[in-house]
Order: sequence, then C-alpha cells, then structure tokens
Amino acid sequence: MSATNFEENTTLSRRSFIVGSAALAGGGLALGLNVPFAEEAQAQGAQAATEVNLWVAIKPDDTCVIRMARSEMGQGTITGLAQLVAEELECDWSKVTTEGITPGRNLASKRAWGEMGTGGSRGIRTSHDYVRRGGAAARLMLLQAAADQLNVPVGELTVSNGVITHASSKRSLRYGEVAAAAAKVTPPDAKSITLKDPKDWKIAGKPLKRLDTADKLDGSKIFAIDLKLPGMLCAAVKDCPVFGGKLKSYDESKIAGMPGVKKVVKVKDTGVAVVADTWWRAKKALDALPIVWDEGENASKSSATIAEMLKEGLEATTTNGERKNGDALKAITEAPKKVEAVYSTPFLSHATMEMMNCTVKLSADRADAWVPTQNLEASLAALSEASGIPLDKCEVHRHDLGGGFGRRGGTQDYVHQAVEIAKAFPDTPVKLIWSREEDQAHDFYRPISQCKLSAGLDAQGNLVGLHVRVSGQSINAMLNPKGIVEGKDMRQLQGYYDTPGDAQLGYDVPNLLIEYVMRNSHVPVGPWRGVNTNQNAVYMECFMEEVARAAGKDSLEFRRALMKEHPKHLAVLNAAAEKAGWGKPLPAGVHRGLAQFMGYGSYSAAVAEVSVSPQGKLKVHRIVIAVNSGHAVNPGQIEAQVQGSVAYGLTATLYGEMPVDKGRMTSLNFDSYEIMRLAEMPKVGVAIVPTYDFWGGIGEPTICVVAPSVLNAIQAATGKPVRSLPLKNVKLV
Amino acid sequence: MAKLNINGTVREVSAEADTPLLWVIREHVGLTGTKYGCGVAQCGACSVHLNGEVQRSCQLPLGAIKESDVIVTIEGLSPNASHPVQKAWAAVDVPQCGYCQSGQIMAAAALLKNNPKPSDKDIDEAMTNICRCGTYQRIREAVHVAAGVGTTGRGG
Repeated sequence: MSATNFEENTTLSRRSFIVGSAALAGGGLALGLNVPFAEEAQAQGAQAATEVNLWVAIKPDDTCVIRMARSEMGQGTITGLAQLVAEELECDWSKVTTEGITPGRNLASKRAWGEMGTGGSRGIRTSHDYVRRGGAAARLMLLQAAADQLNVPVGELTVSNGVITHASSKRSLRYGEVAAAAAKVTPPDAKSITLKDPKDWKIAGKPLKRLDTADKLDGSKIFAIDLKLPGMLCAAVKDCPVFGGKLKSYDESKIAGMPGVKKVVKVKDTGVAVVADTWWRAKKALDALPIVWDEGENASKSSATIAEMLKEGLEATTTNGERKNGDALKAITEAPKKVEAVYSTPFLSHATMEMMNCTVKLSADRADAWVPTQNLEASLAALSEASGIPLDKCEVHRHDLGGGFGRRGGTQDYVHQAVEIAKAFPDTPVKLIWSREEDQAHDFYRPISQCKLSAGLDAQGNLVGLHVRVSGQSINAMLNPKGIVEGKDMRQLQGYYDTPGDAQLGYDVPNLLIEYVMRNSHVPVGPWRGVNTNQNAVYMECFMEEVARAAGKDSLEFRRALMKEHPKHLAVLNAAAEKAGWGKPLPAGVHRGLAQFMGYGSYSAAVAEVSVSPQGKLKVHRIVIAVNSGHAVNPGQIEAQVQGSVAYGLTATLYGEMPVDKGRMTSLNFDSYEIMRLAEMPKVGVAIVPTYDFWGGIGEPTICVVAPSVLNAIQAATGKPVRSLPLKNVKLV
Repeated sequence: MAKLNINGTVREVSAEADTPLLWVIREHVGLTGTKYGCGVAQCGACSVHLNGEVQRSCQLPLGAIKESDVIVTIEGLSPNASHPVQKAWAAVDVPQCGYCQSGQIMAAAALLKNNPKPSDKDIDEAMTNICRCGTYQRIREAVHVAAGVGTTGRGG
C-alpha cells in the first residue's frame, strides 16, 4: 500500500475545493496561461513586472519575480523553489525576488498554481517538475521574443544570467528588454520540454543563502501576529480546558469598566473571548473574567487512564492495520533465544514560537483573513465556511509563519474561532492571538502510543522472527476518517511499510508481523514534524539495538545483515557510520548509538555520541546524520533542516511530554514544557548523499533518527535500554 | 502618560502601569520586531536592551521604567542592519522562520558588548533564548563571526 496516500493530502477537505482539485490531478498545469496581474503591481507603473507565465514575471530592470504557491515557515522551501525555477529560466540569481500567490487568486485562476498545502515535507518534492517546466517555458518564450526582435533563428541564440546573446552578430538583449514581447509569445508545450540534468545545475544544487533573511534581522518582518490595520481590535480567547467540555457561564460584570474592553464574545459553545483595543488589555480582562465550565465526562481522564487504555491494546484481539510475512509468532515461540520489550512515547505539543493567531475582517459580502497557515486553501475554506460568505468573496492574505511543524495545516481551528469573534464586529478587523497557555492547552498533539516488541534469535544470533504491536492514538480518526479503510489505519505504521517509495522499512525479517491497534483518547491529535516516523523509529531502532546486543553482535553489522535487499537504506546507514567513524576509538566515557529509518520519500541514518556521568547526567556531544533525499536542491538549507531536526527531536527526547490531568493539559508554558537551549545543542555533522533518481522531502525525514540514536548510545554507555520518553523522567544509572 | 526613551526617541505612552514593556512596545509604540513568545521570561523572544543590558521585556512593567532609562529594541540596534551581530547573522544564514531572531540578536549583541571574544562556554551561558526551528548551531557560529568583526560601534 502506498504510504503517500496517508500523508497530508487531507487538508483540503472543504467541499468547495473538490471540483477545483480535479484540474490539479491531471498534472497539466496551464503553464502558459496569463492570469490578470495583481493591481498592486500595475500601480508600480514603469517598474511593474510583466507576467511571462504563471511562475515568472520580469521587470524592466531584469528583476525576476518568481511566484510561490507554498508557505514558508522557516524550512527554506521558497528559496529552493526559486532556485529550481531560476535554474531553468537561466536568469541572474542576484535579481531574483519572490511573490506569494494568495489562495483567492489561485482559486480565481482555476487553481492554476496547483496545490498550496505545505506539509508532509512535500513543498519541493511534489512541485519540482511543474515549477521547473514553468521556468523553462518562460526561458523559451523570452528566447523566441529575442529571436523575433533580432530577426534571427532562435537556435542561434544563447542565454546566460538573463542575457540573450546572438554571437555571430555580437548583439544581446536582457530579459527585462524582451519580457513584454515574450508575454505575447505562444507558450510551448510544457510537457515536451526537456529539463536540465542535475549534473548541469548552476543555481539549483548549490548551497545558496536564503532569499528571505534580511527582514528577519532588523525587526521589520511582519508576521501575522504583528499585523496592524486601521480600526483593528484585538481578542484573547479561552476554550474549555477539558477537551470536549463546554462553556457554562461567565460573569461579565466583574470586568466592567476595565480599560479598553469592547465586548465579551461567546465563541461557539466551548469558549469565550474578550475583545479590546489592545491584546494585552483583552488578555488581562479575560484572566479577570470569572468563567464556569461544564467540563463533562472527560474531566475524569488522566495520563494514567490513557496509559491503561493503551496497555490493553497491546493484548487486544482485534487490530487496525498490519503487515506480515511468514509466521512471526510461531518463529519467536520456537526460537532458542527471545527478546521482549514494551516502549512508550507521550503526547507532545508543537509549541511554534509564534502562537496561533488570525485576523479577520467581515463585511456583508466580503471576508478577509490574515493568518499564518501551512495550507492557504484550507484557511480560505475555513473562512468561507465559518463566515457563510462564498469562497469567491473571501481572501486569505499571506504571512510567513513563525514556525509550523504540522500544527497549522488542516485543522484551521483558530480561523473558525477568529471568524466567530469577528462576527460581533462587522467591518472591523479583529486580531485573535492565543496566549502561550492557550496554545499549549489546545493543540492537536503528537499522538501517544505504546509498543510491544518480541524477537526470536536462532542459535547463531540471526533474527528469525519479529513481532511489533503499536497501540496508540490515530491522527486519521481525529482529522481524516476517510484515511481509515475498513477499520485499517496504515498511517500509524508509517516507516514500517513493505512498499518502496515513501516510508519503507529497511529490514527483511523471515517472519514478520507488525500490527496497529487503534486506541483513541479524548485528546486531539495531529501531525507533528515527522509524524508517526518519530515514535515508530524509536520502537524499531531501539529494539533492534536490544536484539543486536542479545545476539552478541555489533549494532551496525546486525542491521546490515537484514538490509541486503534495501540498498538505499543501507547506503545511508553506511554513510552515517563512515562519517561518524563507527568502530573507531572514542574519548573515554563517550559512546555511540545508531539508527536508520525512512519517511517522506527520504532515507535517514544517525550516529549519536553521548556520555553519561556517574550521577546519570547525559551529554550529547555530537550527532552525525546522513540523508538521501534523491535530489539536493540547496545543500546549505538541507544542513539547516537537519540541524533543526536535531534540536526539535532532541527537545522531545530530553524533555517533551504533555501530561493529562483532570481531562486537561497541565504543561502550559515553557517553565514546565521545557525546550532545549543552545548550551545543550550537540555538534551536528551532515552527510548529504543524493542519488538523483527520486525526489524526497527534507523538512521532516531526519528527525525520526535523532531520538533512537541517542537512546542507543545511552544503552551503549549504561548497558540498559531506555524504553520510555522523555529522558527527564528516566534514571539513567 | 509615561515617558519612554526608546531607540533614542522619547515617546509618551498611555498604558496602565502594570502593562509589560513588551506590550507597550508592540501595541502602544507600534514596534513589532520585539516578539511575544511565552510571557513568563522563559523564551527570550521579547529581549530588549535596558540601559545596555539585555532584559526580557515581558516581565518589565511599565511602572518600573523611568524616563531616564534607555531602551533599545531590534529596530534601534543599528541603522540598516549594520551591527556586527546582524551582519554575522546574514553571513552565516542563521534564521529559519525568524520569529525568535530579534531576541537572539539582542542577546548576542549584549553578550558581545560585555565580552567581545566569548568562548563557547560564555555563549552557552549567555544565549539562553529558545529557538524552535533549531538554529542554535548557526547562532553559535554567528556569535563567533561577529566577535571577529571588531568591537567598535557595538552595543545599544
């Protein structure tokens, strides 16, 4: 079964987009289509860009404006996509700027720019082909326009850095000089264009600096949370802290006369907001507002009751998805040596630095939203659905995100809330900002699970049978019930698939049984950078370490023996081992652990070096990560993403947990939900080993090998496996 | 009315005395480079310079600020992003999402003002702001790069 089906293609669920998405499915994007250019560009007069095609507009001064459908949240996608377009366009990289397409504009153009969702590490891997063709088509149109103007055959022209040259007559034209004529040239058939061989790349494939750094250095970048609009009001909100509970009552008289307060607004039947002239005044009044909640039956739930439910799933008779070959249970029963372990991982919040926020302005026949979102079209759909205003009268204005990590994709709960609040203030923009506490209390958390693993070894220490059973909460059950087919939810087994391509298990075991048992709590769950590869890699790779040790074999050699039919997995594991110097001496007290796994179409492996003091204090000295994402569009940004995945993954390993008590989350700020700081950041070594025969993701794939490599290094140091996270709860010696 | 010296300009603001300086800066003065990240002095996204020292402005009530206090925000750190820390951040390509970077830059600028050639250990101790994108390795590198640029004109 293809794992791709389970990825984040679910977010565009709102009815109105279903028709539009058919145009995309055909893959025939209208590359040559001229879409009426934005009014603001027209207003720039002489320096207005001429739209050559959907992806490229060129100004008279040769500035190349490259269009973007995807969202930027720090992952570098915008720079990478611009490199791919510019590579085929043959323009001057120093003259490239980018322009984000709004979802309303995309919709009005019959989704000419294609899918806008930015999750599942697919910003580049699912759009590289059509954006490169867009760049190439624009180049051919510019060349044809120059040929017409110079009255020479187009085949006699060459182009470099945005300058078209006719060598024999020693004449040249700049892109800015022919853009207007190029826009009138009949577009070539984009599908027939031969794209460059990556070996010939000059802009793509290079570690170029990001295009979007300058305004992040001087405070001038306007995130959605920073938005200021004329007459704008600000809102603070509290939703019932117990998931599933309701708002019972509040006593507005207690905050009467507080400065700046305009109104108290009931938000659906679960929350209440205070709207004021500033956010701080709104928050202060909200904190002073006496609120009575109807907490409902979920108030009796806790981490302990949820753990009991998961534990029951480890032994349940009915399962919700499996893969198998041979007879694992029999093989393990008959094996001379058995290994068994139960692992667990907790709920985690995303904790984006910019908390959830959304500004909405509603008029009688118009709705506008300003929101940081990983799925602009889902935001547009939510705006329309919540406001009742037709899609074509709605627009979502783009802001880069202050972190996404999967939180701002399909759910759009904050857009729905902001619309409800804005309904009380027609023709007035209202900016809703969640406090950090609200952000922690009402996330869609990384799902909790437990995993029971059993292995059988023969007399020679070969793995003859492996049984893996994951009992945990389903993201699809929460956000995408259609992803569960006949009771089976294979998405929760991400990384354990037998089919190649997206998230394939890199081991062959003669008798293998992997099962998922769905056990859903009342806590909302969702995708969290790396999604289910995180937990599944911990379970598989830490248990492999236990089994290798039980077999008396080297961790690397034990894995290699199981990976003969998985050359790409193996090559990446070997690359990490080589770069880390696996098997070579280490300073006294330092120990290595390794892990390999696959997700988002890319292969990852890690070697961690740690020490554990006699008092049990852990230090992670270095993590070496190798990754094969097929193509490497910007090695500098890949390195940054790998470094970032180490920080995000190590924070989860060391500190991350969202305990549940009385039905609600209890770690509501960074004093209790600890985040790793710079002092604990290990050195990160990165081996980028692309094989150029596929396109994989980068934002997420490497995070899943961070935790297991560290845990396996701890086992090497202490001789004891660590089977539950986070480490702050584990006594290492 | 309180008078605040922010980025070299004395401004009158009309806000309650218990309003955190962070929100005075963002909502009354209108400078939004200083960010809200936690409100409990944990993350440092709200870092500003108060009389030359880095402070987490979410925990500084307006009533505690004197007219003689000199406040510098990211917008006032330098003209044209020319502070050595800003230049180093650009040279090392530090930011990812960028949300925390105002605070990181203000923390780094304060560190280098007091300690022009910080060791890794000094950086560990001074750079305690949270970055969720995980730019820590490049922050460390950029602080060293900034330290190599020279010491004139530094601080705020």
